[in-house]
Amino acid sequence: MISVAPFIVFLVGALLACFARGRVRDAIVVATPIVGALNLWALDGSAPTIITLFGRELILVEVDRLSMLFGWLFHLAAFLALIYGLHRPNKLEQVTCLLYAASTMGAIFAGDLLTLFMFWEGLGLTSVFLVLARGTRRSEKAAIRYLLMQIASGMLLLCGIVVLIGQGRSLDMAPMELEGLAAWLILLSLGIKAGFPLLHNWITDTYPEATVTGTVIMSALTTKTAIYVLARLFPGTEILIYIGVSMTLFPIFYAVIEDDLRRVLSYSVINQLGFMVTGIGIGTNLAINGAVSHAFAHVVYKSLLFMSMGAVLHRTGRIGASELGGLYRTMPRTTVMCIIGASSISAFPLFSGFVSKAMVMSAALQSGHEWVWLALLFASAGVLHHAGIKIPFCAFFGHDSGLRPKEAPRPMLIAMAIASFSCIFIGIFPGVLYGMLPYEVTYQPYTFEHVVTQLQLLLFAALCFVVLRLTRLEPAERPGVNLDVEWFYRYMLPRIARALRATLSRARLASGAAAEQILGAGIGLVTRLHGPRGVLARDPLGSYALIVIIALFAVVLVFELALGSR
Amino acid sequence: MSDPAPPGEPRKRYVFDDPRNVRRVLWTFYAACALVFGAEFFMHRHVEHPWEGLFGFYALFGFGAYALLVILAEGLRLLVARRPDYYDD
Repeated sequence: MISVAPFIVFLVGALLACFARGRVRDAIVVATPIVGALNLWALDGSAPTIITLFGRELILVEVDRLSMLFGWLFHLAAFLALIYGLHRPNKLEQVTCLLYAASTMGAIFAGDLLTLFMFWEGLGLTSVFLVLARGTRRSEKAAIRYLLMQIASGMLLLCGIVVLIGQGRSLDMAPMELEGLAAWLILLSLGIKAGFPLLHNWITDTYPEATVTGTVIMSALTTKTAIYVLARLFPGTEILIYIGVSMTLFPIFYAVIEDDLRRVLSYSVINQLGFMVTGIGIGTNLAINGAVSHAFAHVVYKSLLFMSMGAVLHRTGRIGASELGGLYRTMPRTTVMCIIGASSISAFPLFSGFVSKAMVMSAALQSGHEWVWLALLFASAGVLHHAGIKIPFCAFFGHDSGLRPKEAPRPMLIAMAIASFSCIFIGIFPGVLYGMLPYEVTYQPYTFEHVVTQLQLLLFAALCFVVLRLTRLEPAERPGVNLDVEWFYRYMLPRIARALRATLSRARLASGAAAEQILGAGIGLVTRLHGPRGVLARDPLGSYALIVIIALFAVVLVFELALGSR
Repeated sequence: MSDPAPPGEPRKRYVFDDPRNVRRVLWTFYAACALVFGAEFFMHRHVEHPWEGLFGFYALFGFGAYALLVILAEGLRLLVARRPDYYDD
């Protein structure tokens, strides 16, 4: 059967969408993931596609069970986001979504690290426009910070690859020992994209600033691509267990006190990634199956939750828990589907989270990590708090905000309905998902005991919420900034820079003419470039793009030199 | 509950505007809690870890974990909460 590399379908779709308009463009955009899925079906079981570039063999497409599973998942995620986006079709957003999806497809089917790198950079360079498309000053600044983090991740990956090549080692996507510079560089690169502690802040900084549709697709693709690569390169790496556990724990505290509901969900993304990273760290067949199936379930229900909050933001223009409430009155469908997403992430029986998360927990116990298991159990109660209760309760119930917005537009409702159906379908028929996992599944989620104990955990945690609420001890929602790692680069660094500038200008006053000339020349250059008629001032993004391109060019040069030296 | 209805229109009442309906939901919830706790007596437990076998472990852990989470988060709020325009950008 004829098939092409999965990313090509999305590239072609993006190209066609560029030149189409109105309903034709909408049709192209929605048809692309469907054509992509047909192509994927035809691709299953085919031989690797290899091309030669700069005298080096690149494995453009390599298909196995793991990449196929993520392939299906990301087609579904892109399909949902693209339908959802039809509520206000926007060319920039639609084309960017397609290019972004193309990058993801390229990354997960990449058969070697160098191919992965090309698409890895593509992830950041495309998705940044989904943040910029929001069109506010705030989102522009967040977009630049986002781009810097994504580029940093790409540079680390490339440095790791260069070291590997220098040592004459293979670039295959095969498991590697965490020894030596190359492995650590690559792990750090993955760590940025997977939201490891201290490297996580771009997730909670950027996702709440992107467009309503942008957040939905961004939350699905980038971090889960990193999880996929981690599962390939570092299964059974012990340090990942502890990294993963800390990822499940620290965000739940932030999620409790955060007011912006899309930021609450962003902290929740890190918490969920933690379960997957822990599973990959444990590395047994059951744990890897758990991590991968949790990634699958997570993408669907987290998209659903972000879609429901996007609908609220779209209709009310607000997203703070303290300014919302009581929306069930006029948005009943959105409310019900948000509750389905909330039940799934909380892992209630019959919903998707129940059949996936338990595998990771069970693997932790079976491999003798009892404290890890206990921490994950605590984190599960935390998930119930912020995603299971806080999100639906603060937006749709709680105190009456007096807002009476219209129900979400039809495209939003359709996308949410498909996601809701998927959550329940996976929850009731886990065999369909289990059948796609990398290892054979013997795990049985629906035992009387598992259902009862899970319900005990969740219902009694919810009982605590009811008690706190009735006794008025539940803390009130308050708007505000909660300090996180970003404090270093959003607060401290600018102040250091300002202090440095003040010192320099004092130095200029005190120093002689020579120093003044040097400084003057420097300032003159900056003025020429960035001043009123400066080349780089015409549009600030253009200059950032230029810097990125120069950086990329420099890297390619280094890379060529490294190749040449062999 | 303050509901700013447009003047001249009778205020529409929704399902949870009636406190009786809220009470119904709550009692159903309490009954569900009692039911799953009671199921402990009829359950043949084959535990993977001794802690799991403690009577009512999951129920107590769930309740306690939620309470602890809220208390610790309030502590965190004291440390990290700042005004909304804290970052001057």
